[in-house]
Amino acid sequence: MILIKKISLFVVFIMTSLVIFAQDKNAGIVDTMRSNGRIYVVVAVVLTILIGLFLYVIRLDRKISKMEKEK
Amino acid sequence: MYKSWWKIASILLLIYTFIAGFLFKVPDLPALQETIRNLYFHVCMWFAMMILFTVSVVNSIKYLRTFNLKYDIYARQYATVGIVMGVLGYITGAIWMTFTWADPNNPAFQSFGALAREPKLIGAAIALLIYFAYMVLRDSINDMDKRARISSVYNIFAYAMLFPSIWILPRILPSLHPGREGNPALNTSDIDSSMRIVFYPAVIGWTLLAVWITTLKIRLSLINEKKLMS
Repeated sequence: MILIKKISLFVVFIMTSLVIFAQDKNAGIVDTMRSNGRIYVVVAVVLTILIGLFLYVIRLDRKISKMEKEK
Repeated sequence: MYKSWWKIASILLLIYTFIAGFLFKVPDLPALQETIRNLYFHVCMWFAMMILFTVSVVNSIKYLRTFNLKYDIYARQYATVGIVMGVLGYITGAIWMTFTWADPNNPAFQSFGALAREPKLIGAAIALLIYFAYMVLRDSINDMDKRARISSVYNIFAYAMLFPSIWILPRILPSLHPGREGNPALNTSDIDSSMRIVFYPAVIGWTLLAVWITTLKIRLSLINEKKLMS
């Protein structure tokens, strides 16, 4: 089960990179992302990392709550 | 997850910080240029560190008044996360400094020696090393009550050393680092009001995140402690 999860996550990550490649060819679709020296791309990357970290902390919080209840 | 409103506040404030911190207009200063945006990240690390160390010392005093081991655990974990924030502040400061003070066009800043003599850097290093010593001291004592008592007293000393090393010394010596006169980043004359609307939420957001992580560590070590007792 965990293996399946890992593989599917891996596939999702690869797919996202494909999407990004695909968008590169037909420029002009995502104009805002390309304006201002493409700073919005940086914002998107940083926000992804930040939200990822938050999800991780929330998960830890939940796990610890569960441990506390078991006591 | 309990008492989660401030956790949500932390998430929202930090998301706001990252969006506004990258996209809002900042004043264009010659040496800093866009790097002034580091104010929302680098400086907040130090603010969070100071606040966590303060909470830590308050808990140490509480321990010495009540001898309740709970407060000792609080003090320890707040100090740990405070150190983490301090180290992050130090590293980010080093990166920032490398590309602003160490300007290749300015002969005065060319040698590493000139940068290494910065009183703010030395002061911050001393303060952090004293807190490292707190961890070493704590974990070298096996007896639980003795450990709690000695490390609480040491924590008060460490906090007292913060004053000369990061608040007094840097103010009486010449430095490249801003914030020599008055209160750095809080002074009305040295930070543009357009940056203030991002900076204050950023400080609160980062501090709340640090507190959140600390509460997780506290809860975990309380569970461990209970396991040991039973």
